[in-house]
Amino acid sequence: MITYRQGATPLHAARATVVIVWGAALAGATLAAGHPLALGAVAVIVGVAAARAGVLRPVLRASLFALPAVLFIALANPLLVRDGLTVIYRLGELPPLGQVDITLEATVAGLVLAVRSMLIVAVFALLAAVIDPDEVVRSLRRVSFRGALTAVLAMRIAPVLARDGRRMALARRSRAAAPPTPTTRERVAVVRAVTTGALDRAVDLAATLELRGFATAGRVTRVRRPWSRHDVGVAASAAGMLSLLAVAVAAGAPRVDLYPLLTLHGGALGAVIAVAFVLVALAPLAARRGVQR
Amino acid sequence: MSALRFEHVTATFPRAAVPALRDVTVDIDEGEFVVVAGASASGKSTFLGAACGLVPHFHGGDFAGRVVVGGLDSHDHGPAELGRVVGVVRQDPETQAVLTTVRAELAFGLENRGHGPAATARGVEEVALALGIEGLLDRAVHELSGGELQRVALGAALAGRPQIVLLDEPTSQLDPVAGDELVWLLRRLNEEWGTTVVLAEHRLERCLGAADRVLAFSDGALVCDAPPRDFLQWAGTAAPLLATPGARLLAAAGLPAPAGVKEARRALRDAGLADGSEQPPAAETAPPRRRRFRRAGTGPDAALELRGVWAELDGGRAVLRGVDLRVGPHERIALMGRNGAGKSTLLRHAAGLQDPTRGRVHAAGRVALLLQHPGDYLMHERVADEVSPAVLQGAGLQALADRHPRDLSGGERQRLAMAVVTGDGPPPAVLCLDEPTRGLDRAQKAELAHCLRAGASAIVVATHDPEFAAQVADRVVLLADGEIVADAPAAEVLSGGWYFATETARILGGAGGALLPEEGAELLAARRRAAQEVPVR
Repeated sequence: MITYRQGATPLHAARATVVIVWGAALAGATLAAGHPLALGAVAVIVGVAAARAGVLRPVLRASLFALPAVLFIALANPLLVRDGLTVIYRLGELPPLGQVDITLEATVAGLVLAVRSMLIVAVFALLAAVIDPDEVVRSLRRVSFRGALTAVLAMRIAPVLARDGRRMALARRSRAAAPPTPTTRERVAVVRAVTTGALDRAVDLAATLELRGFATAGRVTRVRRPWSRHDVGVAASAAGMLSLLAVAVAAGAPRVDLYPLLTLHGGALGAVIAVAFVLVALAPLAARRGVQR
Repeated sequence: MSALRFEHVTATFPRAAVPALRDVTVDIDEGEFVVVAGASASGKSTFLGAACGLVPHFHGGDFAGRVVVGGLDSHDHGPAELGRVVGVVRQDPETQAVLTTVRAELAFGLENRGHGPAATARGVEEVALALGIEGLLDRAVHELSGGELQRVALGAALAGRPQIVLLDEPTSQLDPVAGDELVWLLRRLNEEWGTTVVLAEHRLERCLGAADRVLAFSDGALVCDAPPRDFLQWAGTAAPLLATPGARLLAAAGLPAPAGVKEARRALRDAGLADGSEQPPAAETAPPRRRRFRRAGTGPDAALELRGVWAELDGGRAVLRGVDLRVGPHERIALMGRNGAGKSTLLRHAAGLQDPTRGRVHAAGRVALLLQHPGDYLMHERVADEVSPAVLQGAGLQALADRHPRDLSGGERQRLAMAVVTGDGPPPAVLCLDEPTRGLDRAQKAELAHCLRAGASAIVVATHDPEFAAQVADRVVLLADGEIVADAPAAEVLSGGWYFATETARILGGAGGALLPEEGAELLAARRRAAQEVPVR
């Protein structure tokens, strides 16, 4: 499970709203362009940013967690989509799909979709690991009380349940008749027990929130803090990324047409935009000073 | 002036057959330090719940009578409003942390009460300094130990400077050092800030010395409301299981019950029973590693043997550092030490749930391990589905076969979990238990101790409770920072220290290695006889 990890890096030091916009620009680039150059640029940015923030491992783990779904997308798309013209393999009659021809376009589109999904997971894992959730809850509460309440409960209940699950799995292993590797039935029993306990845990947490006056609290006073160099740097980077994204969309480079025939657009301009995008995104992360909390 | 007033309060939880509180009338004055005593399910937690408005506003059920807290009637004000005058610390520190960092956690209540940023920051700093947790402010809550988390929960409860603070067994997860520190911290807050403290606790010997008054509950009714000394006098006859070891010791010597160690010593001195010729058991000098290893255990065929066991975390921190431990067949060992000393890790290695980074673990047979939360073992909808009928009968739980495991009492759950880990084959060579007395009252602890003494397996029990260790163990192993710092007979270890010592040993200064009130009473009787036999010149 990916959770916030304190750190002394520019992404940790910048205010949550600014980092969210920075991450949104990355997610936007992932969704806007399917060109390998654009996706490669985002992958480089997420990888380097995660490494700089010291959260590469959990981000990779979260991405791998999405792997089964991503593989399903990559494999299902060529079987289900019939828009491509370049047939690379004829599977013939496959009930209930009917006549199935695997096309180059559908295969590449499946791969693009899969890579995009993986990158989106990685971007959000990176944000989850570097943004202080307390700050997000505080901001959210100014906008929506119920939203903030749900966020607080979800934020706390998830690690508590994860810990309960680990403990119960350990307890299962120390039962007298426990086989060395758990059967599916036993795994289900652990999950069911954790789920049953979730209600008790949620009630306890809700009681704590009630006692701390969350229900009767008025609008939380905004804490005005001056913009640090990291706030400015990450905000400028986000603005730069969004501008480059706008230019790329307007210029149509780099761009890929998947159907009916696979065509890559962009050439040199696309490469320049992709390189600029990477440099602008990573520039604020080079700072080493003023990040200690 | 009254800080908390109950007027004929009767509370029944939804779908409960009997009330959890019956006609309770009590008045607690401002600045009082009140201890709430009683067996498990006697109504202590419900009393605290009603005092902060969770009963009935949050839990529901039938409620009659009136509760007035800091001038606010709980009929008209819910827990969130009562929270302005009441701070609450509950049993499980894990579900009391709401946000991710300690600073945010302490600030949370203040922000909810409408304090501005400057007042919030000041409140956080002040409460952190008062509780000595200023070093934790920027730490993530999930990184904290149980003791640290409990202090943070106390800080969060106190940050708004409430008039009253209610605590439900806050020391149940703490080692003796942290537990004593917490009680004295509460006393200091009570004296310096004038905060009214209401503390529910099973280990009364830990907190009676700090209390002004004791409320005892039985079956939901308030059965005693008296100063500590009078309470102990009452408990001696009416509720012996609530009497502290010190009270039982002095009662056996025909002396009035003391509220703490200091009072007990004074009483013994006044009675001429303070000084005896008995020597405390020789304090163990730190032996060289090999010698210590040889003397441990009872023979060549150990039931369990750990040789040079190291356990290192991913980050490189060592939790166990070259531990050598040998457990003889049928030997009973108590494993003690501060929170985070490595006790649970050692037990997991012994049971084969974790592999050592270095070193070797050898067991002569199956090693069963009962982990800290017995509820973690109970995964079915019926008690009967957890174990075979024969095992259920052996555990004396056949009458509860159709109940849901979560509806069992703490003691019954403990017994069922133990039946789950021991199973229906031959008894395990070693039975390890991790903090088995958490949340158990004195009767349940005595029953567990009896059960462990009667079993055929060697026992290794990690515990923070010196009284329980003295009842169960032949030998005590003290861990500190992953190393064994003492390994000797129980009488030697538990009579020689201050924190890791029974109340009897503290009162008698470790004389004769007496750990339990019965042993202490024999020693006092011998002193009395010796004093009577001294010829008058």
